[in-house]
Amino acid sequence: MDTVPVTITINGAERTASVEPRTLLVHYIREHLRLTGTHIGCDTTSCGACTVLLDGTPIKSCTMFAVQANGRSVTTVEGLGSPTHLHPIQEGFYAKHGLQCGYCTPGMMLVAKALLDRNPDPTELEIREAISGNLCRCTGYVNIVRAVEHAADAMRQAASEPAVAGGN
Amino acid sequence: MATTAQPEIGGYGKSVRRKEDPRFLQGKGTYIDDVVLPDMLHMDIVRSPYAHARILKIDPSAALATPGVLAVITGKDLEAAGLAWMPTLMSDTQMVLPVEKVVYQAQEVAAVIATDRYTAADGVLGVDVDYEPLPAVVDPFKALEPGSPLVRPDKGKDTNHIWHWEAGDKAATDKVFAEADVVVEQDLYIPRIHVASIETCGCVASVDPISGKLTIWMTTQAPHAIRTVFSLVSGIPEHKIRVISPDIGGGFGGKVPVYPGYVIAVVAALTTGKPVKWIEDRSENLQADSFARDYHIHAELAATKEGKIRGMRVKTLADHGAADAAANPSKFPAGLFSICTGSYDMEAAHVEVDAAYTTKPPGGVAYRCSFRVTEAVHTIERLVDRLAGRLGIDPAELRYQNFIPKEAFPYHSPTGWEYDSGDYKLALDTALEQIGYADLRKEQAEKRARGELMGIGISTFTEIVGAGPSHTFDILGIKMFDSAEIRVHPTGSAIVRIGVQTQGQGHETTFAQIVADELGLPVDNIVVEHGDTDTAPYGLGTYASRSTPTAGAATAVAARKIREKARHIAAHLLECNPDDLEWVDHTFRVKGVPDKAKSMTEIAFAAYTNHPQGMEAGLEAVNYYDPPNLTFPFGAYVCVVDIDPGTGVVKIRRFLAIDDCGTVINPMIVEGQVHGGLTMGMAPSLLEEITYDEDGNMQGGTLMDYLLPTSMETPSWESDRTCTPSPHHPFGAKGVGESPTVGAPPAIANAVVDALSHLGVTHIDIPITPWKVHKLLVEAGVAR
Repeated sequence: MDTVPVTITINGAERTASVEPRTLLVHYIREHLRLTGTHIGCDTTSCGACTVLLDGTPIKSCTMFAVQANGRSVTTVEGLGSPTHLHPIQEGFYAKHGLQCGYCTPGMMLVAKALLDRNPDPTELEIREAISGNLCRCTGYVNIVRAVEHAADAMRQAASEPAVAGGN
Repeated sequence: MATTAQPEIGGYGKSVRRKEDPRFLQGKGTYIDDVVLPDMLHMDIVRSPYAHARILKIDPSAALATPGVLAVITGKDLEAAGLAWMPTLMSDTQMVLPVEKVVYQAQEVAAVIATDRYTAADGVLGVDVDYEPLPAVVDPFKALEPGSPLVRPDKGKDTNHIWHWEAGDKAATDKVFAEADVVVEQDLYIPRIHVASIETCGCVASVDPISGKLTIWMTTQAPHAIRTVFSLVSGIPEHKIRVISPDIGGGFGGKVPVYPGYVIAVVAALTTGKPVKWIEDRSENLQADSFARDYHIHAELAATKEGKIRGMRVKTLADHGAADAAANPSKFPAGLFSICTGSYDMEAAHVEVDAAYTTKPPGGVAYRCSFRVTEAVHTIERLVDRLAGRLGIDPAELRYQNFIPKEAFPYHSPTGWEYDSGDYKLALDTALEQIGYADLRKEQAEKRARGELMGIGISTFTEIVGAGPSHTFDILGIKMFDSAEIRVHPTGSAIVRIGVQTQGQGHETTFAQIVADELGLPVDNIVVEHGDTDTAPYGLGTYASRSTPTAGAATAVAARKIREKARHIAAHLLECNPDDLEWVDHTFRVKGVPDKAKSMTEIAFAAYTNHPQGMEAGLEAVNYYDPPNLTFPFGAYVCVVDIDPGTGVVKIRRFLAIDDCGTVINPMIVEGQVHGGLTMGMAPSLLEEITYDEDGNMQGGTLMDYLLPTSMETPSWESDRTCTPSPHHPFGAKGVGESPTVGAPPAIANAVVDALSHLGVTHIDIPITPWKVHKLLVEAGVAR
């Protein structure tokens, strides 16, 4: 089958791969870019394991073609933090036991990021609504809510403190 | 002895952060679909649209003409290799690929091997199968009627009946019932459900062209047992099979069985000489993988007019689908269903279960439940509430009146179990006090007077886990011990390998904590490995809440063997008699001279550099732990619901779980297990059910129809614990993962029935959907 080049800025770096037009975005990310933190759980946009941020908005990459994301910017879990500096959301999930098997976790953290980017101080209900398109079979959600609250507190605190630069 | 600040030991009772989390948080786990090998091929499966049909012809020519499709495998190909059938874990047989007929919708019919997953899916469309439909057998009661179409003529019997099983004393039970003042009876259907772990099943099979060694990465909860089964079925020597269970995206029982896809992928790898990957999609997972439950129960309770329970009688029909593909211990075809007398002392009980074949997918495995305990607990807890309603006694009061008293442990139940320990009164006291039971009852009375629907439900369950003692428990003849192997390195760090396998339970952390506490080494210096049959000691895997009771015990015993050797090394270093040493604060100290001491780190170094002459060097131990008994966790749960009289929607306002799982290794992880288990208890209570139409078509084979709880339906669980250690477990632990799944459904059902009891409602089968509730409200004339 013919292929087409698809260029996506993924986690800040521009990447190009030639893929069939029918290639789903999630397969493009997982198999062509080899970023396997984005998972697949249902094929019907129901579970959210494949959630990534497209220009900052959470989308389910199992029901979008890679060509539809051409020229756009995608954030996956690999773009959240680094091994030495976890993102506050990752730190929140770690501290509050917001994950068990870990399969839904990347998607959960990305919807949490989108939430906190637009609403730094969400209520429990707002957090529950934000993650309601993402299924978790292990945690019962309570600790995920706590994790997001923990992250929100940390991020607000960091934002309120003056930046400490090297020569200051 | 003053030393510099030591790193935290992080032993029993410490909420140590999970060692597995950093890789998951960064998207660096290795789940099955993340395994990629050079030249790997992909497999996709052709499935039956019919529940029951004769296969007339399979024509793969269009598939084989598709560029990139390399092979199509059918039942005839497997038959030639003697692999068209495989054993189930219950010693039944199941088709890998059919030769003559299909017996459930979505059954595997052929497999397409191609260069990539999209091409394999194209190939599936190119396999033309001619079927002659046969009558579906959907209702298990009708399946047992004379003249029913036979699902499994290969069995050589003129019936769809599979087995009959009994526990308890029938004559004694009948006598109690004949004498009883009061008998309540109830039909209950515990519906067919699916674990639907967010990761589906799959595997990568690869054969080394030089050594001939077969490596199978697969989503399995029991890698060693799978290796043995593969070896026995295929004839490949067991040392030439390596099963690796990588990171698993949830198991819950659904990843215990061997599914046809695994076997076909292995055949494909052997025939093509290349690695073959097979990954289910969600619909395949829901439609064809093993289901859970599907028990049709008729249960009775006999009591005095004052409310003392005297006996229990249960008759059950189990719908197993097209094969008995459960994963129970072999002597227990109905699992541990005979735990159904629960937390209550009674004179006699008798339980009967019959199993039937139908044209539905084979099963039934657990759904985060140790071998049919959910069915048992739902039965007794609903019956107790029925009895309370009949006698006009508060359901909490009736429970207090009938609890096995704590002095009565070890308690011998009328169905033959020896409960290890329990304090049911303390658990219920704690629950009622924390939730404010008296105030809730007052509030309910006020609301009821205003026409509002509020209910309070209680469940005081007893679990039975930790299978199990080898005299009684085996799967396919393999005894259900479990194992651990510990090596302490010279500089005082250690590696632990265990026979069980984690699917999110946190074994890499909790098993390290066991060793940390037993040996006095910091938890950060202990690494836990599991899931690889080439390196881990033999074990039966993780399900049925057995990891901590079995492999956890093995880990503690192995560690204590090491500690005993360490005592001798310490004595050598301190130039004293080993008997003069005591283990205090994770250190060997000379009795009466506590400053003369040796830490495990010092001892470990000596084990490799300065060990006593005549003693073996090194510091390691293995233990295969054969538990003397099962463990019996328990709990008291209270659920408060509000029901919308306009829609029939049940809202869980509060849910408090008091669990007692004995000694706790990591409270944070236990709380997480309870939250997750409660959610999987709520799911089949309010949302999930698999149903079939009269032609055997599954209704709802996607997550758009099969409703997993989201964050919106799931309440903010409240939980706490009491602690009654197991007297026979090395550190008193009992297991916890499934208690909440088992205990929650009756608390929820009892709460809903309680909310509607003044309308004459005495029972509602789960799932308690808005439609069912609204229908009752309409019938009672109170729907708004």
